[in-house]
Amino acid sequence: MTDEDREIRKHFPIFEANPSLHYLDNSATSQRPVEVLDAVTKFYETVNSNPMRGLYDISLRATEQYEEARTKVANFINAKDSSEIVFTRNATESLNLIAYSYGENFIKEGDEIIVSIAEHHSNMLPWQQVAKKTGATLKYFYCEKDGEFSLEKFKELLTPNTKLVAMTEMSNLFGRKNDVKAFAAEAHKVGAVFVADGAQSAPHIKVDVQDSDIDFFAFSGHKMYAPMGIGVLYAKKDLLEKMPPFLFGGEMIEYVTIEGATYAEVPHKFEAGTVNAGGAVGLCAALDFINSYGLDFLEKREEELTKYAVERILEVPHVTLIGSEDYREHHGILTFKIDGVHPHDVAAIMDSAHVAIRAGHHCAQPLHKYLGVMSTSRMSLGFYNTKDDIDAFIDCLSSMRSEMGYKD
Amino acid sequence: MANNTFYNEILTEHNMNPTHKHELPDANFSLEGINPSCGDDIVLNLKVEDGKIVDGAFTGDGCAISQASADMMLDLIIGKSKEEAMHLADIFLRMIKEGNISDEEKDELEEAGILSDIAHMPSRVKCAVLGWHTMEEMLGDKAE
Repeated sequence: MTDEDREIRKHFPIFEANPSLHYLDNSATSQRPVEVLDAVTKFYETVNSNPMRGLYDISLRATEQYEEARTKVANFINAKDSSEIVFTRNATESLNLIAYSYGENFIKEGDEIIVSIAEHHSNMLPWQQVAKKTGATLKYFYCEKDGEFSLEKFKELLTPNTKLVAMTEMSNLFGRKNDVKAFAAEAHKVGAVFVADGAQSAPHIKVDVQDSDIDFFAFSGHKMYAPMGIGVLYAKKDLLEKMPPFLFGGEMIEYVTIEGATYAEVPHKFEAGTVNAGGAVGLCAALDFINSYGLDFLEKREEELTKYAVERILEVPHVTLIGSEDYREHHGILTFKIDGVHPHDVAAIMDSAHVAIRAGHHCAQPLHKYLGVMSTSRMSLGFYNTKDDIDAFIDCLSSMRSEMGYKD
Repeated sequence: MANNTFYNEILTEHNMNPTHKHELPDANFSLEGINPSCGDDIVLNLKVEDGKIVDGAFTGDGCAISQASADMMLDLIIGKSKEEAMHLADIFLRMIKEGNISDEEKDELEEAGILSDIAHMPSRVKCAVLGWHTMEEMLGDKAE
C-alpha cells in the first residue's frame, strides 16, 4: 500500500472497521468518508428542524444548507441554474419522476420511445410502463458485443415520431462511456428529448449537462460517497416548468383551497413532503470531498487501477471479460464470467477471502439475454481501492476453478 | 466467513459430475423450479409407479449448491415411496430453514446432510432448497 493509498483510505472508517475487507462493489454503492458522516451528524446536531417552512433561526439555517447543496450539485454537473436540480431518493426515483410526469403527459399513441438495451432496469421498466399506458411504441437500441453504440445505427432508429430517448451515460455492466452529447444532438434533430442515466458516470467522470445538452440527467448520491436516500434529477428548466407535479402534498404548493391548488415554483413543486435535508447536506459534503482531491485525480487513480485490473484479469485462464479488452472502456467496472463456475459461487468464494464483489444479473436482465449469458460476476473499483485489493481478487479468481474441483 | 467449507469434495463432485442430470423421457411427473433473483432454473422429472419413485432426473442451470443439492436429493429419493420422499423433504427443509434437526434425522439425509451449514447463509438458502421445494410441490399437488 502506498502513502497515497493510506492517506485516502484513512478518510473511510469502513476500512478501519474491516481491516481485511477488499471492497470491490463500488458500482452498487460506494463507501462514505468521515467528512460526509460528520456533516450529516452536524446537521442533525446543530440545525435540525423542518426546512423550507420554519420561521425561526435554525429552520432558516437548515433551509440554507439544503439550498447550498442544490447549488453545489448544479455546479458539479454545470447546470445553468440551481432550480434545475430536483432532489429525489435516488436515480431510480428520478427516472420514474420523468416517466410519470413527462412521459405520461407528453407522449401519446403513435409516438416512439427509444431505449438502449444496456439500460439498468430503472431506465427501462419506467419506459415500458409509459409505452403501455400511452400506446406509444417502444424501440430498443442494440449495442455491439463490446458495448459500443453506433451513432449510424441510432440515426436509422430515429423517426419524426421519436419523442424520447433513454440511454445510460455509462453501463453498469460494460463500464463504457456513451457519447450522450452526440446521441442527444441526433435525438434533438427529430424533436425528441434525451434522458441520460448518470448513476455510474457521475461518480467517475466529469459531467457537463450544458455542453452535452441532454434534457434529463439522473444520479444517486450513494454511489458517489454521499448517504443512501439522496438522489438528483437534473432537467432543463423549460421542461420542469411544463411538467405537472409527480407527488402531491406538503411543501410543493403555493395556495390550496378545497377545490384545488396552485403549485410552487420549480424545483419545489417536485419535492413534496419533508425533504431529506440531512442527505442533501451529506451529498454537499461528498462533492466537497471529491473537489478537495479534484475529479481529475479520482479519474486518474481509477484509470490506473482499471488498467492493472484488466491486464491481470485477461491473464487468468477460463475467464472472459464482458465488453472491450481496452481498459479505457471500463472506468473501473469489470464484469466477467468463469467457465464452469456459477457467479453466485464465485461471489461466495470471493467472500471467504474477504473480497466483496457482485454476482447476478446486475438489474440488467435484457442485456444479459442479448449477450447470451444467464448471469455474470462484477468487480467495480473506487478511487480508494489499491493494487492489493486487485491482487487479492486475482489470487482468488485464479484458484476459483480448483476450489470448485476442476483439475486444471 | 468460512464459506469454503461448503465447497467440499462431496458438493463439488455432485456439481461437476451429477449422476442424475439428464433427460427422463418416460417421466410422469415434471415441474420447473426457478429462483428468479439469482437465475437458478431446474426442471425436475420423476417416474412414479404405484406410489413409488422408480426413477428421477433433472436438467437446468444454476449455482453449485442448487445443482449439487438436486443431485443429492435424487440419490436419496429414487427407490423410495412418495411418503418417504416427502418425509425427507420435511427434514431437509427444516434443517436449512430452522437449523434444528436431530442427529438421527440428519443421518436419514445421508450426503445431503452436508448442506446443514447453509442454514447460516441466508443468501444461499433458496439455492439449497430449490430441488426439494420443486419435488414437494410436484408430489404434494398430485399426491392424492
